[in-house]
Formats: sequence, C-alpha cells, structure tokens
Amino acid sequence: MGNSVKNTFIGRAAVLDGLPEHPAVKAILAWNPQALTDAKFDRDELTLTIAADEIRAAAAMVQAAGYNFFEDMTAVDWFPSSPRFQLSYHILSHAYKERIRLRVLLDCESPSVASITPLWPAANFYEREVFDLFGITFNEHPNLRRIMMPDDWQGHPLRKDYPVEGYR
Amino acid sequence: MTELAGMPVLEAAQGAKDQHMVINMGPQHPATHGVLRLVLEIDGEIIVRIYPEIGYLHTGIEKTCEAKFYQQVIPLTDRVNYLDPLSNNLCYCLAVEKLLSLEAPEKAQWIRVLLTELSRLNSHLIWLGTHAMDIGALTVFLYTFREREDILRLFEAVAGQRMMTSYFRIGGLSMEPPLDFFDRVQAFIRTFPEKIDEYSNLLTGNPIFRNRLKGVGILSAADAIALGVTGPPLRASGVDFDLRRDMPYSSYERFQFKVPVSTDCDCWARYLVRLEEMRESVKIIQQALDGMPEGPVKADAPKIVLPDREKMKTQMEALIHHFKIVTEGFAVPAGEVYQGIEAGHGQTGYYVVSDGTAKPYRVHMRYPSFATLQALETMCKGRMLADLVAVIGSIDIVLGEIDR
Repeated sequence: MGNSVKNTFIGRAAVLDGLPEHPAVKAILAWNPQALTDAKFDRDELTLTIAADEIRAAAAMVQAAGYNFFEDMTAVDWFPSSPRFQLSYHILSHAYKERIRLRVLLDCESPSVASITPLWPAANFYEREVFDLFGITFNEHPNLRRIMMPDDWQGHPLRKDYPVEGYR
Repeated sequence: MTELAGMPVLEAAQGAKDQHMVINMGPQHPATHGVLRLVLEIDGEIIVRIYPEIGYLHTGIEKTCEAKFYQQVIPLTDRVNYLDPLSNNLCYCLAVEKLLSLEAPEKAQWIRVLLTELSRLNSHLIWLGTHAMDIGALTVFLYTFREREDILRLFEAVAGQRMMTSYFRIGGLSMEPPLDFFDRVQAFIRTFPEKIDEYSNLLTGNPIFRNRLKGVGILSAADAIALGVTGPPLRASGVDFDLRRDMPYSSYERFQFKVPVSTDCDCWARYLVRLEEMRESVKIIQQALDGMPEGPVKADAPKIVLPDREKMKTQMEALIHHFKIVTEGFAVPAGEVYQGIEAGHGQTGYYVVSDGTAKPYRVHMRYPSFATLQALETMCKGRMLADLVAVIGSIDIVLGEIDR
C-alpha cells in the first residue's frame, strides 16, 4: 500500500522485464531459470510459480537471498479444474521489508511435494495442517500427522468436493 | 498398543529411556489459557520433549468463510482471536479492500488505528493478568481486568458489543462513533499510564515474580526466526521488526512510536517488552485523538458499502444498492492477496483468494500463536516442569486462533 504508482506485470516474461533487479527473481534465475514456470506482480505482491519438484531448492535460494522469515503456507483447491491444488508459501524479508509468494501447482488425487521444514522448522505445523485438511503429502516431513482433525478422521475437509452438509 | 495410527504418546514412551515419564498436561489445565494439550516427556522434573496436541477448538472457520458473502465473514473473524477482535476485523477488511483496490477514507483509517491500539491494550491486559496469576500473583488479575472493563465499555459504545465487535466494514466503519466517544477515550488514556505504573509496582520489583521469569524460556533470535515467532516474543529475542513501522498499513506511517526491543531473550524480557508496548500504544491513541481528521467514515463505493439509513429511505438508487448488497453480495475481482498486520499477539495475516464471485474462494488465516507454539519445546527443553507454566504465560497464546 502507500505508493500511488502501482505496476502490474502478468506472466513470466513481463515480470523478468519489469523487475529484473528484484533479489528473489535474481536468485532464482541465477540458480535455475527452468524452475521458474510463471510469475506475476499484482497488487504490490510478487508471485513466483515454481516447478513442483524444485520447491525446496527454490525456497533455499530465496532464503539465502535475504527472505529469511517463513510467514505462512497454505493450499487452494481448484477442483474441478486442473492442475487441482495450489500451494502458496509466503516468505517475508526482514531486511527488504517485503514479502514474496512462492506458488506450486500440483495435480492428481494424492499429490505430494518436498517438505520445507528442514529449511524453516516453522513450516512444520503449516505442512501438517495442509496434509490434514487438503490431503497433500510432504516428503521428508519429520512428523506428518493430522493436526486439527482427530487421527481417525476420514477425508480432507478443506477440499472443495468435501460435503458441507448431510451425514458423514 | 503401538498399532494405533498417529499416537505419538505411546511411541514417545517406548522410545524413551526407562526412567522417562510421559505425562499429559491439559486440555483442561487452568494454566494453558484454553484447551491446549501438551504431552510431556520428563526425566524427574526436567522436560525432555513436548508434543503439543491441538485442534480441540477447531471449528473449520476457513471452510465456513467459503460459504459466506465477503461482508458476512467479518463477524466470523472476531471469534478467531476473541481477545483482540478489532485486529482481526482490520486484517480481513484490509485484505478485501486490497482485492477491490478500494481505500477507506482517512478518518476511518485513523479510527481503525485508535481502536486497534485499544484492542492491543485489551489483549495485553489479559495477558498480564493471567500470566501473573499463573506465577502466583493473583492480585494483578483484578487490577488489569478493572481497566479491561473500561476498554470493553468503549468497544460497546462504538460497536454495541463488548467482545465480538465486528465494527470495521469493507470500505470503512459500520457507523460513526457516538458523539462523546473521543472524550471518553481521552479520559481513559489520561489515567491509563498511571495504571501501567501500578502493575509495574506490583510485579517488577517482586522477587518471586522476577526469579520465576529471569533466565527462563530462553529463545535466541535465530531460533525465533526459524520457528516463525512474531510479535512481542520476537522483539524480546532481539529482532527489531514490527509491521506497523516496517510495512505500515492503515496510515500507521503517520504515527510516531517506538518499537520496544530487548536482547535478553527470556520471559522477563517478554514481560518488559509488552509493558513498554502498552505505553507506546497509549501514545499512538493520543496522537490519533489529537490529529483526528474530519470527513466520512465510509468509502464512496455504493455497490460495496451499505448506504446510510436516511438515504436508503429517501432515494430509490440507495434502496436498490442496499437490497443488492444484502441479497447478492458484491463481486470481487479475481486474484489473490495476503495482508499482514501487527496484532497484539504478533503478525496476523489473511490470505484471500477470489474467483470473481461474491463469496471468497478461499480464506486462510495466519495467526501468530500457531507458529509461536512450535517454539515452546525449544524454550523449555532441559528446564524444570514448573518453568513451563511461566513460558506458556509469556508467549501469550490464544487457543481460538491456533485451532481456528
């Protein structure tokens, strides 16, 4: 907020063109340009879409580039579209006073992705929550159990095809 | 016994050495500030491991949001962190306003700052009273709840509700505050700094309180960042970061205030930081009262903000808008936003995804206590069991926002 000039860049090429000096963009390009599949800068928020199997390495790169604080992580279910699941990681930089969003798109009925808990122990509960409520598995997570729902619960309540009324 | 899926309790007992004991603390323990259940592995009186078991208050509030119109989500946000209701309202409204590219009028923003700071005082007063009570200083609780009552009366004056305020609206406030409201806030603020001195007199020099907190619950700056700790516990670990100052929202950039920081990293530092924060909040409220701008409290966006009652009864156009908003809601442009604010307990954030309809496609709430709870083991490992109560008090968790 605050700044009166608001730019919007939609698409990978537009972001690379408009924000070539952005530390997170630079770090990811220097490491592996192929991992960055899409990008957008909208409403003062930078979103970088990362290839699903590269997320941990990409997170390590932005962590090294000064985005030191894992703030939030969650999923969105785009059922019935494909790819179905979107993971959104919000990473904050105390030094730049700025936040970026890493986005991962996942498909198939039982999706899985690398855990980032080894990088930020803070992600532990967040990944458990996504596992519990969306049924996305995080590989190499130290303690991947349900966190909100009882351990013997069937189904994943935040999925869009989970019934909100009627008998279970 | 170990065949039961997802039973960490028994696994811990098996893997532990013979002399370790596994005990259960909560969920009905008075010192856990709600329904927190901790499974503790202890060696004599020394804590070896802590397994927080949460979810007892899980109501699926994020799922509920998906079935409501954007404006109907506001009352739900109060119930997440019931000790700091206006911060929740503010964070949600700012997120939706960002999606809509709508800005609340200046006066609304200033009143939002004033009330959010009162809400922070409310939250800190409950923390101080219950924290001191956990340690054994029962008197302070009665003192802090006396002032909290004044704040709740102020909330009631503006919102008609003491705790579940729902006073902020997308695009401004629900209505103008009553005529004598600013005078009442002024009267409260005039005496409040003396009250903080009073609490400080009861506790700061108290040798029992001091010994229970000093050097207890050490959390280094690196650990605090790695574990996602925010708010006063982060600043008590020496990290000078406050969203109000560093990434301002709702005109916080126009207020002068200090961000208290301590490098002692213990429960005592958290106590001093919060006490100092209360004094700074008073200064912010004073500035808001002195510089309160004139003007409307609702944005000029007839398709989003409900019209005034008077207009609705005299103008056809306003009546139609009112009917449309109430029955059909208003469409919000597709997109995703994350809005973070500095609430009383730490950084709150709302992640709102819109698919272009009148109901949010997804609302995710980032609440500080959820992350801060993960740091509990780091703070208590190798310490005495009795210190755990002091540490839980000092990180100031609210179970409503952990379980959501």
